Amino acid sequence: MNLVRNHVLISIDAGTIMAGARAVEKALVDEIGKQGLAGEIAVLETGSIGATGQGVVIVVYPEGLYYANVAPEDAHEIVEEHLLKGRPVKRLMMTEMPKQQVIRKGKTGLLKEQPRIVLKNSGVINPENIDEYIAAGGYEAIERAFTELKPAGVIKEVKDSGLVGRGGAAFTTGMKWDFASRAPGQPKYIICNADEGEPGTFKDRLILEGDPHKLIEGMMLAAYAFGGSKGFIYIRGEYALSIERLEKAIQQARDYGILGDNILESGFSFDLAVMKGAGAYVCGEETALIESLEGKRGHPRNKPPYPVTEGLWGKPTVVNNVETLANVPEIIRHGAAWYRGYGTEKCPGTKVYTIIGNVATPGLIEAEMGTTLRDIIYEYAGGIKAGKQFKGALVGGAAGAFLGPEMLDAQMDFVNLREYAAVLGSGAILVMDEHTDIVDMLQSVLHFFKHESCGHCVPCRLGTKELVEIIDQIADGKGKAGDIEKMVKISEVMRDTSFCPLGQSLNLPISSALKYFKDEVYGRVPAAV
Amino acid sequence: MNLEELKKIREKAQKDVELRQKQARIRIVVGMGTSGIAAGARDVLKTFVEEVGKRNLTDVVVTQTGEKGLASQEPMVEVFEESKPAVVYGNMDPEKAKRVVVEHVVNGQPVSEFAI
Repeated sequence: MNLVRNHVLISIDAGTIMAGARAVEKALVDEIGKQGLAGEIAVLETGSIGATGQGVVIVVYPEGLYYANVAPEDAHEIVEEHLLKGRPVKRLMMTEMPKQQVIRKGKTGLLKEQPRIVLKNSGVINPENIDEYIAAGGYEAIERAFTELKPAGVIKEVKDSGLVGRGGAAFTTGMKWDFASRAPGQPKYIICNADEGEPGTFKDRLILEGDPHKLIEGMMLAAYAFGGSKGFIYIRGEYALSIERLEKAIQQARDYGILGDNILESGFSFDLAVMKGAGAYVCGEETALIESLEGKRGHPRNKPPYPVTEGLWGKPTVVNNVETLANVPEIIRHGAAWYRGYGTEKCPGTKVYTIIGNVATPGLIEAEMGTTLRDIIYEYAGGIKAGKQFKGALVGGAAGAFLGPEMLDAQMDFVNLREYAAVLGSGAILVMDEHTDIVDMLQSVLHFFKHESCGHCVPCRLGTKELVEIIDQIADGKGKAGDIEKMVKISEVMRDTSFCPLGQSLNLPISSALKYFKDEVYGRVPAAV
Repeated sequence: MNLEELKKIREKAQKDVELRQKQARIRIVVGMGTSGIAAGARDVLKTFVEEVGKRNLTDVVVTQTGEKGLASQEPMVEVFEESKPAVVYGNMDPEKAKRVVVEHVVNGQPVSEFAI
């Protein structure tokens, strides 16, 4: 056996590739060869390590040392100084380490760190090597399902775990599977919704890029539980690296007999296909997604019937989000009781957030359900950039809600936020500092919705257009008295009468902006006489 | 493939991954400062890597450090073992390195004649 003394993990995701990760990787490999270290130093690719805006990031093991903003020219210095002589290159060392742990919601202010659940392997294993996933306990859940739990046991375990959908709607996952298992009709399908289009959200991409086998195992478990035989991953066409890694992972699993006929001699047969979306926001809505998958225009369908009874090609279909499915293997491996040890009573588990905007260290984090916004911003993301003041945050993506400073200490989970008329949504947190203009923010959100409205129903098609016209006037300083009331009215009608969640959810950013920043918004229009 | 074979793949793969960031029982640290390298530390390091690899010692880590400030004793190697005082070896060469692996790392008997 050849002993590898150091492992250099290079984070390859869409962001680091843009920053030149491939060139750095090549420079490192060349330099290692040149200095005669090939064989004792291995360079491996891994997924995102959860830091963004830091250029090319690499980790050197066994030291566990992170370098950021690495350029190809730095390869010589890193190899000679660190890998040969053992002297870390201080100028490239990362100052703020990305959190590789789940921070538990600290009631005393002291935060206890625990292993991650969803992002356990991301940035740790090589996502293009099935063996590394297996080494990290991968496909153990399938083993337990086949030998011990059987389909009914898997459904029970997922139900007991209290797992709810992480795409935004927060429907109980176990219930969904249960409905599908009882629905008549064959074959049954599992679809993974990887059409991540919510502005500011990229959690699914990092799961897909960093740990594609986890999703495959999650989908297998789902299909096994409710009797599905075929799975589709409906993925954003722009996610080139995710698609490449998924396809590689699927092929590796097939070669091992983990996908295909009679998997691991269990009698269960299942296979997967990756389907690319064409960039429509509305196709993240499950019935529009199914239409698109069938080759039609991405318009939402009438509900009921729900997809669990009549979905893809009229057959029982379960549509789950990437993050939801990525939770499942760990739940099955460790059991529902273990999972309930995380999060809150009503919302167990963790949530992956993408935190962006005016924070010191934007990126991807996994926090326990119930962690406060304050902890997420100040403990995970290093606080507000450049020592500025927190003004507010847009939580849950464009279809989410603005939250003001008074909400910093609210526990963030699906159930609790609903009480404040807010949502966790997709887990995007856009932080704004004191200099952010709330009208400007609202304008961006409304323009986005106008662009993405599919035109299928009248309230959304006309409503989004009308709202954009009003907010443009206000932003231009040409707003009239009564404009704001009109916006509220339109968005309320849209909420009550739109065909799908796209139009229905627009009321949330508008009403929440007025709730927390009323004076600022009203300050932009003349007072009513 | 069946479940048994999957288990075997897991065991093998775990061993490979463990090497990356394990908590090692023994750490062999080779001084790789300028004078160390000039005195031949590179070959010493290589020998340790080869010998440890050859014997499949999965709980041993070979790593490097900078100057210790005792240039006359280079190449220097320090062997750390859990709950035991560290042993420092001086004037090392590949042949001595082999003996350290056999006697100290494998059999637990520090080679006192090389120790400083």
